[in-house]
Amino acid sequence: MSSSTALATVGGTRTDARNDVMAVNAAEEQYVTFTVGSEEYGVNILSVREIRGWTPESRLPNLPDYVRGVINLRGIIIPIFDLRARFGGGATSVTKRHVVVVIQVGERTRGILVDAISDILAIGHDAIKPPPDVDGGMVDAEYLSGLYTADDRMVTLLSVEKLFSVENSELDSATKALPALERAS
Amino acid sequence: MEDLSRFKQTYFDESAELLEVAEAGLLRLTPGEVDSDEVNAIFRAVHSIKGGGGAFGFTELVAFAHEFETVMDGVRNNTVPVTTELVDTLIRANDLLGQMLAYAREGDPAPAGTTDGTVAALRRHLSGGAPQAQAPAPVPSAPAPAPVYADDEDDEAGLFGDAMAAIAAARAEEDPVPPGKLRWTIVFRPRSDLLMSGNEPAFMLRALRRLGDATVECHTDALPTLQNLEAELLHLSWTVTLIADADVDLDKINDVFEFVADDCDIRITAEAPPPVSSGTSPVTDPVPVAAAAPPAVAVATPEAPPKTPGADAPKAEAARPRPNGGGAEHAGLTSHTIRVDLDKIDRLVNMVGEMVITQAMIAEHVRELPPGEFQELLEGLEQLAQHTRELRESVMSIRAQPVSSVFSRMPRLVRECAATTGKEVQLVTSGETTEVDKTVVENLVDPLTHMIRNSIDHGLEGPEERERVGKPRAGTVHLSAQHRSGRIVIEITDNGRGINRPKVLSKAIEKGLVQPGATLSDEEIDNLIFLPGFSTADQVSNLSGRGVGMDVVRRNITSLGGRIGVYSTPGEGSRFVLSLPLTLAVLDGMVISVGEERFVLPLTNIVESLRPKAADLHGLVGKCDVMMARGEYVRLVYLHQLFGIPGAVADPTRALVVLVETEDGARLGLVVDEVLGQQQVVIKSLEANFRRLDGVAAATILGDGRVALILDVAGLREMSRHMDSRAPRPPSSPVAALPAPALEPV
Amino acid sequence: MKKKVLTVDDSRTMRDMVSFTLKGAGYDVVEAADGQQALGVIGANKVDLVITDLNMPVMDGLTLIRRLRATPAHRTLPILMLTTEADEKKKSEGRAVGATGWIVKPFNPEKLISVVQKVCG
Repeated sequence: MSSSTALATVGGTRTDARNDVMAVNAAEEQYVTFTVGSEEYGVNILSVREIRGWTPESRLPNLPDYVRGVINLRGIIIPIFDLRARFGGGATSVTKRHVVVVIQVGERTRGILVDAISDILAIGHDAIKPPPDVDGGMVDAEYLSGLYTADDRMVTLLSVEKLFSVENSELDSATKALPALERAS
Repeated sequence: MEDLSRFKQTYFDESAELLEVAEAGLLRLTPGEVDSDEVNAIFRAVHSIKGGGGAFGFTELVAFAHEFETVMDGVRNNTVPVTTELVDTLIRANDLLGQMLAYAREGDPAPAGTTDGTVAALRRHLSGGAPQAQAPAPVPSAPAPAPVYADDEDDEAGLFGDAMAAIAAARAEEDPVPPGKLRWTIVFRPRSDLLMSGNEPAFMLRALRRLGDATVECHTDALPTLQNLEAELLHLSWTVTLIADADVDLDKINDVFEFVADDCDIRITAEAPPPVSSGTSPVTDPVPVAAAAPPAVAVATPEAPPKTPGADAPKAEAARPRPNGGGAEHAGLTSHTIRVDLDKIDRLVNMVGEMVITQAMIAEHVRELPPGEFQELLEGLEQLAQHTRELRESVMSIRAQPVSSVFSRMPRLVRECAATTGKEVQLVTSGETTEVDKTVVENLVDPLTHMIRNSIDHGLEGPEERERVGKPRAGTVHLSAQHRSGRIVIEITDNGRGINRPKVLSKAIEKGLVQPGATLSDEEIDNLIFLPGFSTADQVSNLSGRGVGMDVVRRNITSLGGRIGVYSTPGEGSRFVLSLPLTLAVLDGMVISVGEERFVLPLTNIVESLRPKAADLHGLVGKCDVMMARGEYVRLVYLHQLFGIPGAVADPTRALVVLVETEDGARLGLVVDEVLGQQQVVIKSLEANFRRLDGVAAATILGDGRVALILDVAGLREMSRHMDSRAPRPPSSPVAALPAPALEPV
Repeated sequence: MKKKVLTVDDSRTMRDMVSFTLKGAGYDVVEAADGQQALGVIGANKVDLVITDLNMPVMDGLTLIRRLRATPAHRTLPILMLTTEADEKKKSEGRAVGATGWIVKPFNPEKLISVVQKVCG
């Protein structure tokens, strides 16, 4: 039941907020922001299909740990990506309070596992700062679309299109590079 | 005549509506202000009632309606001035028409002289000594009704255009063109001698309906009076409104009229603009019909393309206009099939799939209830399960198609193949009507093409060789289909020379597919032809074995959840047996668990499951374990190892071994924790939102709403071979000792 | 009730092809090797459609069509002629004597079936 509650609340906020902003300023866009550990990330609200509470996943074999598994989203099967693991923070130990942001990119629907939904922000284009040069290899800068400062928080804006396309090519090489034998233990 | 009475009801219902239309129009008719649309509507209403009445032989009704109509025609042409007195007369006439209809409905004759007064009043209004309306032709009583009106012969083209315009306008108003479609208006006006060339408008109209959703209006304006009717001349014309997909182009429509292009006036427009004219346009004219024909406007029900035209024959016969038979008929008013968008069916299939899952979910919860207390609930649930199963089967049958659509392509292939190889081939087919899911049918084309070509290329001998061995010069390829235990079985049998086993074996050894010195059974040798790498472009000369692309065929079949096998007798021929599921939407599976995870194994792959004793297990060089099962050594594959699942039972004597068989007959012992039970599952795509995974065929949703992966046994075998090849160890023992894995490259 | 189609051709292959294709599509098929035989077959069977080659021994296709059209009972019987390529001259000759339509050889089964449906349902 926690899932539907989360969905209803956030969904409601989302719609209202979007309507407000459309009326006010077309140069602004809405972002759903969420936390992973102490960091806050945002994705464009237009790509968010819904937000649901955590439901147990089914594991997929022989994939990197950021591919959490698959869940049943009303009859369709979608993969869940663990954002913490994706950013090198290790697999999330999930609780019922964790949240899946369901993202639609093109024809594909995917979920990202995050700690909690934090805010819905209307962000003007000119308020977005370009991401700094992160060449230490810590973060794949390609899927960061920018940084935004809300009050005293920094929000990292993600481009889901790029995030998923990077994942696709990574998974292609991952499945080839990691032989089944080495991961079987 | 029973049929006719069915249409009578429609006629009376429609006439009642038309009377109302006419009355409302008459009440609005104001002297000096003639609204031609209004007048036309009244005229058409009366005209329709008259025409339909003619079809049923309501002589008195028709005669009276004719008088009424004649005056309306005068009003329409401004030869009859609209006066208050006229309007009163017309309203009285309309009431009387209603009475006449009531008499007709009851089957009673109207009392003598009922219409006399009104008819006299009507005739008085025909302007200044104008010739009286022609007396209606005598109408024979049913079953030989006929059109009786003698007018309407003037200005045919004008009427026609008007009709077209009215239809187009009406359509455009009522019914916007759906997105992605085009609305064609096809005005088809055949020359009267069209029938003389054996062409038949009804079939052309039907061909149009195969292109999309068509509404057919039949125009009878040009029908002559009975005494002037030429039996073999055509007096009808049609306007067809066709809503078709964008890929239906002008050529496709023109093609329908290919044979009659010179014998008809045909106008085709996409989204015809409504040209306004003050015509008389009896758009909704009833068509005078023969017995057993519907009376009113012909609205053709969209019809699915007939799979077997033969089955339509009786209808087709009825739909044949036979002017000499006392009337014509519309193209197929009574259709028993409808055309349904495939998407809609797929949605239905999906919903039923969801229902199957929900039902399984409820069943799972109910099992946890204390036993004995919920008897009624359990019984209800049992019924629900039964109904769900039936519903699923009904829905699946909607998608079913006969395999004839594939089989019918084969004669041509056989002819071509025979020509290129110089062989004489006779193709025999049977079981064409066997039905299977549309997707399966579509996916059968390539494998069957391949296999038939293969049978001719490599199975059949040339005519001279056949004669030498005492066979008929022409070889036979028999293609058959039948249902067998919930699957479709397709066999391709030839009476050629059979598989040349020594040659196949030596080739397999040469290709490194079999170790030299291995002894294989005949069956095993025959099945070598399905191995990847067996067939190459480098064909052995004087090839007597088969093998061109048979691995591809097997892969195609396997990907459909099917199996393929070959049985061959040297000198007598070969038989390929192909078995496929009837649908690709559901699967009978066995749910197993490994650690916390659950998987589904297709039932077709499972031989048995057993718990081995320690004495049955043997280590075979390094990590590969083998187990003695049914007198054979079978390699064990630990699913938890293959998939990296923590917390699984690692000791086979405490776990379970599911003996599985791949499509090519190789066996594996799959080590799992538990076998949870058999279940029908709905196949869900993993690739739609993610990607393909090794060892996984698809996914499904179990009763608790969780996802379970459906295992791909052949893929698991590949994976385990991969693992073995990475483990450094000496070559395995001679292949002959281990039949199943024996065929693998070492 | 299945519709009955008469295929008239001196080539057995051609007859077999037509026959097989149409049987597969649910028609009954009877065969004749020339126009003369065809008249005999039509005399003995109620035929719903005739598909005839033009060049045949004994009696050619055009004569067959002419003879059939001269019989009142067959005045509206659908008759398709087989022509090679797009032989406009033969086509118009055929039409002049009352052919319903034509099928250009070589043809594929789908085309044959669609043309047959067009003229005989």
